[in-house]
Amino acid sequence: MKKTLTLVGAMLALLLLITGCGKSKNQDTKMTIVGSTALQPLVEQASSQYSEKNSNISITVQGGGSGTGLSQVQSGAVVVGDSDVFAEQASGIKASELTDHQVAVVGIVPVVNPKSGIKNLSMKQLEGIFTGKITNWKQVGGKNEKIIVINRAQGSGTRLTFEQQVLGNKTAVKSQEQDSNGTVQQIVGSTPGAISYVSFSYVNNKIQPLSIDNVKPTAKNVATNAWKIWSYEHMYTQKKVSDKAADFIKYIQSESVQDGLVKQLGYISIHDMQVSKDENNQVTDK
Amino acid sequence: MNAKRNDHLATGIIYALVGIVVIILFGLIGYILVSGVPHLSWHFLTSPSKSFAAGGGIRDQLFNSVYLLVLTLLISFPLALGAGIYLSEYAPDNWLTSLMRTAIEVLSSLPSVVVGLFAYLVFVIQFQIGFSILAGAIALTFFNLPLLTRNIETSLSSVPNLQREAGIALGLSSWKTITGIILPAAVPGILTGVILSAGRVFGEAAALIYTAGQSAPALNYANWNIFDTNSFLNPFRPAETLAVHIWKVNAEGIVPDIDVVSNGTAAVLIIVILAFNLSARYVGNRLYRRLTSSK
Amino acid sequence: MDEIKDRLLKPSKATKQDQRGRMISYLSIGLIAILVISILYFIATRGLSMFFNDGIKVSDFLFKTDWNPGKKLVGALPMIVTSFGVTLLAALIATPFAIAVALFMTEFAPKRGARFLQVVIELLVGIPSVIYGLIGLAVVVPAMRIMYGGTGFGILAGAVVLFVMVLPTITSLTVDALKAVPSHYRQASLALGATRWQTIYKVILRAATPGILTAVVFGMARAFGEALAVQMVIGNAAMLPHNLVSPSATLTSQLTMGIGNTIMGTLPNNALWSLALLLLIMALVFNILVKLIARKGRIK
Repeated sequence: MKKTLTLVGAMLALLLLITGCGKSKNQDTKMTIVGSTALQPLVEQASSQYSEKNSNISITVQGGGSGTGLSQVQSGAVVVGDSDVFAEQASGIKASELTDHQVAVVGIVPVVNPKSGIKNLSMKQLEGIFTGKITNWKQVGGKNEKIIVINRAQGSGTRLTFEQQVLGNKTAVKSQEQDSNGTVQQIVGSTPGAISYVSFSYVNNKIQPLSIDNVKPTAKNVATNAWKIWSYEHMYTQKKVSDKAADFIKYIQSESVQDGLVKQLGYISIHDMQVSKDENNQVTDK
Repeated sequence: MNAKRNDHLATGIIYALVGIVVIILFGLIGYILVSGVPHLSWHFLTSPSKSFAAGGGIRDQLFNSVYLLVLTLLISFPLALGAGIYLSEYAPDNWLTSLMRTAIEVLSSLPSVVVGLFAYLVFVIQFQIGFSILAGAIALTFFNLPLLTRNIETSLSSVPNLQREAGIALGLSSWKTITGIILPAAVPGILTGVILSAGRVFGEAAALIYTAGQSAPALNYANWNIFDTNSFLNPFRPAETLAVHIWKVNAEGIVPDIDVVSNGTAAVLIIVILAFNLSARYVGNRLYRRLTSSK
Repeated sequence: MDEIKDRLLKPSKATKQDQRGRMISYLSIGLIAILVISILYFIATRGLSMFFNDGIKVSDFLFKTDWNPGKKLVGALPMIVTSFGVTLLAALIATPFAIAVALFMTEFAPKRGARFLQVVIELLVGIPSVIYGLIGLAVVVPAMRIMYGGTGFGILAGAVVLFVMVLPTITSLTVDALKAVPSHYRQASLALGATRWQTIYKVILRAATPGILTAVVFGMARAFGEALAVQMVIGNAAMLPHNLVSPSATLTSQLTMGIGNTIMGTLPNNALWSLALLLLIMALVFNILVKLIARKGRIK
């Protein structure tokens, strides 16, 4: 049974060795970015393009949610925390200790199952549906079918943006919840009478995007704030930020990435925006 | 006559139930294969994935899944083997042992996301292993241990006591008896445990999102230096597995060919698991024959 | 003379090996104990901090029905009820099937049929929960909608998906339990003139009861802890289920959905850890309960 003994011994040794190495190698050439799953594809793509030009840096991009991103960047465990929400909007985060870098704008659109026959709603009707006052599609001109509200997870950035803009201070009706754009897309597409909301890039032919007060959900309308439901994608760093991280963020904010990757992924370039929004949802002209 | 009728009746019911299960199983596996296999191609298997364009493959995810399985088994199998031997052969029959058993069983009911977060906060952040295959393997060890330990323990205990007595009677030490006689006899049972836990490794997603990560950086398959960042063997690189890939594509994927990638990956996963199961069984049977010199 | 005495008194090579082997097995169990204790401690401290630091009453947590941690409402009763409902229902459906399949594999068709079924069942374990969820969404939910009305999302859909997911676990562990019944029990029973069913029902199943119960517990544990698949078909509405086809949420689905969106150390995050702790305690209670039943049912 020496074999087992050696095996176990070797395993432990390997483990120690490996963890040891992991520590010593963790220097400034490595950069970890954690947070919003929605922002992840953009940052991931940008990082792989970036490291082609800067081969001495290795960037790890992971999801985990906006909350995770903000928590970890605040505690200093990661260099950059991706977030769908302003740090000020997240309780438990000292926003003054973090620096906000806005890297893209995302538009959010209400979507319904195509069979409900609805293509346009007024803001008031939308509010009525999500607060539970309107429960049947025929009340807003559709066919006689029960409305099934599918909200997003409590605390998610998309929900926060949507409720701020559509509900104001009112509380949403208790309803089904889902936490990812993809799942919402699938469920709305397959459930008669369903309504929910997704980021622009998740609209496909199985779900019907809605106009609000006859304003179409397009990038142009977001840029002028004619389409009101939109938010920034943020990359947060600590106040003191390493040159490499700053350089990478600058790269993402550059024209080439904003006009290239950002648009390809269905976001709206920060350079196209004619207005800006602050953490209290106040919109000002640029 | 009643007994006979009951016998027939019961046999009929059992066959009916088995029939239903078989239909469900085949429906399920058939569904996955039928919707996935048409999308498979050499290109799909050998090219890296894409994040927003169509036509991405799953080369790195496929390798990561296998590599993660190997690492996980390397960590969890010796541990579970030792613990299984202890519980079946040495453990005194008292409250402490039963507490230990209960604790291990409770471990298996923890939701994967909790284990994932635990591993994330402790290993990834605290011990600074980073998002890596190793962290993923450690997280998966938490799931594997209960199943594997339990399985090894039952396999060992189900070896008849006669064999133990025979070993002791031959003057062998109890350790020699265990490793030389009992363990080889228990190989088929242990193998089932390994295969089941391997399945869990292949299929797990939630725990890996926070540990092994959900990105697959470009790998260099010619780089055998285990400490190089882009080496495929480096256990410190983040690694997205097939299951995580399916999850990611369905949750937040914006590639236009989501169905192709998702269904194709699922089919590949099934085929890989099948291949692993069959080969593990084959190797296991050979091993069993060698060790017990039975036919 | 002394030389021989020395040699005889010193532990032999085999003894040393024996001690070393024993050490290894003690070490492994020790290490596992440390792992288990550390994760339990971790969850307990985080899970309890809501009650100590945020001043939430345990009774509010357990018996209130409003879940909105952002507004300090943390009634977890809906999730508790749903988790129990889904798990019990899934186990209830799965157990007869699992026992039938296990009997078939051990008593009826031990050779080729058994091997074949085993491969298929092991295959099922490896299918990721996401796939189960997607298929559930595409097949089970619409089926429930057509058969029972409503949206189709709910406990029933969750239980059906979980039934398939826990079937492999329960079946393979039941097979182990049945195989562990000594074959002379069967021979004795058959020799007494009992039919096959009488042997199975009165001897084998009785002898294997503790093992089968363990199998069921493991299956339920899996069902308890499952999140991704259930999350897609249960609807995730944190309210008490009116019936089996009304949307509701389980402890795990709520946990998985919220954990990435909350900030560590704040009430919404702590509340989720409390759910995890609750899950742990419930699993523990189940476990002990079944152990007690098994002890009573054991043949002497």
